[in-house]
Amino acid sequence: MPDAGYLAAVVAVGAGVTLALRAAPFAVMRTLRSSPLAGYLARHLPAGVMLILVVYLLRDLPVDRPLLTLRVLVPVAVTAAVHLWRRNALLSMAAGTAVYAVALAVVP
Amino acid sequence: MLDGRTSPATDLRDAARDVLPVGAGMFVLGSSFGLLVVGSGLAWWWAPIFSGIVFAGSAEFLLVALAAAGTPLAAITVTTLLVNGRHAFYGLSFPLHRVRGRVARAYSVFALIDEAYALATSRPAASLTGRRIVAGQVMLQVSWVGGGLVGALAGARFAIDVPALDFVFTALFVVLATDAVRSGREATGPLLAVACALVARLVAPGEMLLVAMALFVAVLLVRYRLTSTGTADA
Repeated sequence: MPDAGYLAAVVAVGAGVTLALRAAPFAVMRTLRSSPLAGYLARHLPAGVMLILVVYLLRDLPVDRPLLTLRVLVPVAVTAAVHLWRRNALLSMAAGTAVYAVALAVVP
Repeated sequence: MLDGRTSPATDLRDAARDVLPVGAGMFVLGSSFGLLVVGSGLAWWWAPIFSGIVFAGSAEFLLVALAAAGTPLAAITVTTLLVNGRHAFYGLSFPLHRVRGRVARAYSVFALIDEAYALATSRPAASLTGRRIVAGQVMLQVSWVGGGLVGALAGARFAIDVPALDFVFTALFVVLATDAVRSGREATGPLLAVACALVARLVAPGEMLLVAMALFVAVLLVRYRLTSTGTADA
């Protein structure tokens, strides 16, 4: 287990950065709103950041063992497909996790 | 409509009605966060500390995973900055001017999570009093912290070990990515992001997240430069 001092620092950094981001537009609203670069980043950053995180979470997939890789990629595809279909986050996550549970049982 | 002059009881009832469906979801997701905290080897009481102080849903999952891997604080700072970067744009349209009092306003900014933003901007502005907004935010936080506490205590008490639950975390980010890609309405950016992630995985497996994010921001800046000089109205 990581030591308490390090974890407290993680909480402080996470909370500090998040709060600064939430407060920033109220402090510099005019500059931010009129900046075309800010608008550009607001439009293009979110999808890319989330996709990078998904690839990061899948970084240790054993690509040389196709069955073990599919065991994760199929539930990922199911999660995305159910989400495109019903747009209900909890339902998509439940469906994906259920398929993953089945996949774990089928491909040990 | 009594032009915003509603009683506290009405505001609380309206806030509860706004929050109920979303709050239930946050409670469920919060309890899987609690399970993750205990499953990562942290003491159960770290769950309410993260949920109460950071209060940033998906970013908390990431923080716990990064902390469990002993990630350096610099990488954690940059990752939080990019993952929660979207929050810097919520304030542009969040109706904070309706919230009265310094403490209430400060809390409202602190608790400006995705769900609070979605609720406050999807209701007709005339029907939203400051009290209803802040009461809703408090209820959302109670759902989230309460869920985390229940999950962490259950995980610590009953040593719940369901391997399939590891996937909840991945599924959460697949859902967030699906939503973001759909509302972005373009394929080039997402493809560039995946390419950056794969390059970072190959070039710098130890610092993959940091390298991938930095690379992607750099690519976007170059792309912005190219499109804004290439055409006058881009």
